[in-house]
Amino acid sequence: MKKILSTVLIVMTMTLAGFAGEKIRLTGSTTVLPVAQLTAEEFMNVNPDVTLSVQGGGSGVGIASLNDGACDIANASRSMKDSEIKNAISRGIHPTAHVVAMDGIAVVLHPSNPVQNLTKDQIRKIYTGKITNWKQVGGADKKIVVLSRDTSSGTYEAFAKLALNDEKVRKDALLNASNKAVETAVETTPGAIGYIGFGYITKRVKLITVDGITCSKVTILSKEYPFSRPLFMYTNGKPKGWIKKYIDFILSKEGQALVETAGYVGLK
Amino acid sequence: MRSKISEKAFKYGFMGMAFSSLLFLLGIIIILFSEGLPVFNTVNLMRFIGGTSWYPTSEPPEFGILPLILGTLWVTLGAMLICIPIGLGSALYLHEIAGRRQKAVLKPLIELLASIPSIVYGFFGMIIVAPYLQRTFDLSTGLCAFTASLILGIMAVPTVCSLAEDALNYVPKSFREAAYAVGANRWQTLTQIILPAAGSGISTAIILGMSRVVGETMTVLMVAGGAAMIPQSVFDPVRPMTSTIAAEMGEAAMGSPHYHALFAIGLILFLITFVFNIIAEIISRRYRLKLGLGR
Repeated sequence: MKKILSTVLIVMTMTLAGFAGEKIRLTGSTTVLPVAQLTAEEFMNVNPDVTLSVQGGGSGVGIASLNDGACDIANASRSMKDSEIKNAISRGIHPTAHVVAMDGIAVVLHPSNPVQNLTKDQIRKIYTGKITNWKQVGGADKKIVVLSRDTSSGTYEAFAKLALNDEKVRKDALLNASNKAVETAVETTPGAIGYIGFGYITKRVKLITVDGITCSKVTILSKEYPFSRPLFMYTNGKPKGWIKKYIDFILSKEGQALVETAGYVGLK
Repeated sequence: MRSKISEKAFKYGFMGMAFSSLLFLLGIIIILFSEGLPVFNTVNLMRFIGGTSWYPTSEPPEFGILPLILGTLWVTLGAMLICIPIGLGSALYLHEIAGRRQKAVLKPLIELLASIPSIVYGFFGMIIVAPYLQRTFDLSTGLCAFTASLILGIMAVPTVCSLAEDALNYVPKSFREAAYAVGANRWQTLTQIILPAAGSGISTAIILGMSRVVGETMTVLMVAGGAAMIPQSVFDPVRPMTSTIAAEMGEAAMGSPHYHALFAIGLILFLITFVFNIIAEIISRRYRLKLGLGR
């Protein structure tokens, strides 16, 4: 749903800004998409001479299209893989990373669940199917219902890397299409465990600590919280001209305020 | 002279429109094959259809769609168990028992069910039905094959009911009159004359209802749970083929094996519903002949 809405918004902003001068193309992660959109809109308001077109498609798509020269900025919710960097260099592209925001992946349970904390190891075992009952981690005798994101989402990829050491999620995990869907499912399922982006934490689900550390702005920024990750924008070489101005804008106080509006943690 | 030209223009104009569907169908088939078949450079057909693991983004990826096929079949089977009795029951009531005024209200109302957007059904299932079933049956989760079957079954009722009722109406009055004339009572007439005569029309109704269920996307995406596992019970979460495509197509890089795999799933889905529709067409043709309606 969010995706459809955002596509509509993109099309609208594109047609509205139609005939402006220079054009900057951003493609990639749907996790970074809201940051890119909010900042792009504001940037275009201030600078009517430049058009920014923002597209989703996923981190992999963004990086591939940067390497193809099909976009100017690749949004990515992960750092580039070695194979992608090699591919870029072989095409004469020099990807340069800019951290634009921080995100934390919060682990949430149903409010009735007495469990307060899980270790990284316990979370991995729950998600890979080695722990199946809450009593194995100090909870009630109840089957664990594992909620995950679709395997192609950036949040899934980040969680798989940070929490699961790239092991596969158990087959009976319920895969949901959005953060909101995970939150709703956790809220209505007593035995549930799920993970959602920092911006999607609500009072209707129970946020637990991981290795004793709460998921908060402070712990995400200090990277103390184990499931925190930077969000990137990649450019070809050092940014110049409008691209540099845009990146500087995101990193400015105003841009970082928009990052927080989008549900992520600002860098300052 | 002029009228002749405009007559021709109209003729070819409408002919173009009539054949445009064929063009669309052809286009879709070509794209499905050309975008779907390349996946078999990555996995062979047996590993694709018979594989039990669907991990399209892992390294290395696994493209086994057996859990997805079984998910679709499992949900469809359940939905048919719900929509056949309700659909046929209401068709029989409308045809045999309901008076003219009752029928004038009931039939449009049942058909109205079909006009509710599937996302509304999905929303209803996700927010109301799933939590209710979860509490009532003490399930670990309400987002499962059973909930999906229940909702899809209800969604297919109008298709089955409306087509089955039409089939009953097509049975010539003379059949019934003849049955009464030889002394059959109402029940005997219904079970031994009307139902067998309308049988193939009713089968068509059921098959088209099935097509609708198999192809439904939004609702299963929202309520079936989305776990790519081989279902062991009706309360297991499943990931039907349609919802897999819907959930993953947006993020699959164009031209990647994952992208082609999703098209290949679409191709298989298309073949399934295609076969259903052909069977329905054959049966209904045979039935028209049997009743002496010709063609």
